[in-house]
Amino acid sequence: MRSARLSRSKGLAPPAHLVVWMLLALGSVLMLLPFAWTLSTSLKTPGQAFTYPIVWIPNPPIWDNYLRAVTIMPFGRFYANSLFVATCATLLELLTASLAAFAFARMRFWGRDQLFIIYLATLMIPGQVTLIPSFLIIRALGWYDTYQALIIPGAFSAFGTFLLRQHFRTLPMEFDEAAQIDGASALWIWWCVVMPLSKPALATFAIFSFLGQWNSFLWPLIVTRSMEMRTLPLGLSMFQSQFSVQWNLLMAGTVIALAPLLIIYVVGQRWIIRGIATGAASSRL
Amino acid sequence: MTARQRSLFRWRPDQQWAGYLFILPSLLGLIVFTAFPVVFSLVISLFEWNMIGVARFVGFDNYTALFTRDRIFQEVSWNTVIFLVSIVPLQMIFSLVLAVALNLPMRGMGAFRVIYYMPVVTTIVAAALIFQWMFDRNYGVVSAVIWGLVERWNAPLTPPDWLNHPGWAKAAVVILTLWKNVGFSTIIFLAGLQSIPRDLHEAAAIDGASAWQRFWSITLPMLSPTTFFVFIILCIGAFQLFGESFILTRGGPGYATMTVVQYIYQSAFEFFRMGRASAVAWALFAAIFCFTLIQWRLQKRWVYYETGERS
Repeated sequence: MRSARLSRSKGLAPPAHLVVWMLLALGSVLMLLPFAWTLSTSLKTPGQAFTYPIVWIPNPPIWDNYLRAVTIMPFGRFYANSLFVATCATLLELLTASLAAFAFARMRFWGRDQLFIIYLATLMIPGQVTLIPSFLIIRALGWYDTYQALIIPGAFSAFGTFLLRQHFRTLPMEFDEAAQIDGASALWIWWCVVMPLSKPALATFAIFSFLGQWNSFLWPLIVTRSMEMRTLPLGLSMFQSQFSVQWNLLMAGTVIALAPLLIIYVVGQRWIIRGIATGAASSRL
Repeated sequence: MTARQRSLFRWRPDQQWAGYLFILPSLLGLIVFTAFPVVFSLVISLFEWNMIGVARFVGFDNYTALFTRDRIFQEVSWNTVIFLVSIVPLQMIFSLVLAVALNLPMRGMGAFRVIYYMPVVTTIVAAALIFQWMFDRNYGVVSAVIWGLVERWNAPLTPPDWLNHPGWAKAAVVILTLWKNVGFSTIIFLAGLQSIPRDLHEAAAIDGASAWQRFWSITLPMLSPTTFFVFIILCIGAFQLFGESFILTRGGPGYATMTVVQYIYQSAFEFFRMGRASAVAWALFAAIFCFTLIQWRLQKRWVYYETGERS
């Protein structure tokens, strides 16, 4: 990457660059301020939270807030739900999308291109239009307040199919032809030739999809009711409506909800940023 | 390769079925959870239905009501337009400036990129909750900073009651959305900037063009496809704003920050007016569709595609 190469060079920056650097640093402080404020509040007593001027580093830090937050709200359950739902939905989405993408990219059959255009057309439909009927379908299936309701509707993605098809088309057709002459079935070619060669594209899409599922709010809000089925964003929002002024506890809950994802993000940022940027950029038709 | 062998891969009857089988799982899912719901939602929008009782056919009344009787719809539409025209330009300017800055050859750019992008990966619920506390009238950090300024300079200021004042509540939603999303568009702009061939800049520099001139005559035109893309994505996102205001202000005070999507949610799942909610969803779809179509038509006036073909 070009920026990586340049940032390694040690030349002295011209003064104008230095000003830009300072402004960027100032901006970073502003971007980080909400996180710092959250962390700081989460370690305060209620009295300290409501003081002016602000005490940024509470002394002593009240670690007990975290204990109380997890006692009041089953954050462990929320985590397990979010992890389970996001993982299942992402894996299923990868499976259905890669199978369809394989057919669209590397097989020939009647109506293929027309069907693909219909796939593209569905990309334009905003989720709000399908929201109410999807809810009614889930209810009719008897899936209200179940994991199926959270997972299955998210397991099919025209966007993912499009993304993977674009990638599959870049692989040389000779691979398939050679395998086919050796008697390989289409399923074998998909799993043993095309999928292994597409690991970066699959990983990109998986990250993009997983984050979307993990942070999803409106759909789980509609199709779940019981505490046992709530995912992390919903759990946090329930916590808010029940303890609306206990900011030290709410912020402890927020830290609990955000910290693991942020740590993973900082460790794997190269992959995650690239994943989301390519995911978004390739939705340009 | 012989002609006979090549024909093997051109069109094969057995691949007909294989092809459909491969597509089947995805197609079934999209039919059940996208295609059928689209048609179904259009049908529901012609009925008055509370999800439990009998549906009553009302024709286009749900639609005409939106534009004649439904004051709340008109207010939430207006709110959404206000959010659109404030968030989109601000975010585009901020993220373009940020991307140009982050593209400079300096140390620490990687770290800055991580920081600016960090809010994008956070859950909107958590982000909105944090901002709710930050905008707390008496003890939030924003008010504390304003009080600090007041004390230092004796400024004639009092911090606004952010979340309970119609105008300031809108501003709070805009600020939250910008903080949350600016990193996203910055990364896309950055990728666009890095795909501009360097020799263009070098050639222009040799010809004596200043950095400013190069920015206006090379960077901006070469970046215009990315700019167009970011613009469209941000506009669609602004039309569909929901979580930001739903958590931060619950749409209030009154309906001052309620968006169209929250109105759909409220109509359907709090007031159980399925027909009306579906009509609102279709009106939103129509608005997004027309808007995008117009922008698509207008793009040839300002978007420069190097290859001469528009993608």
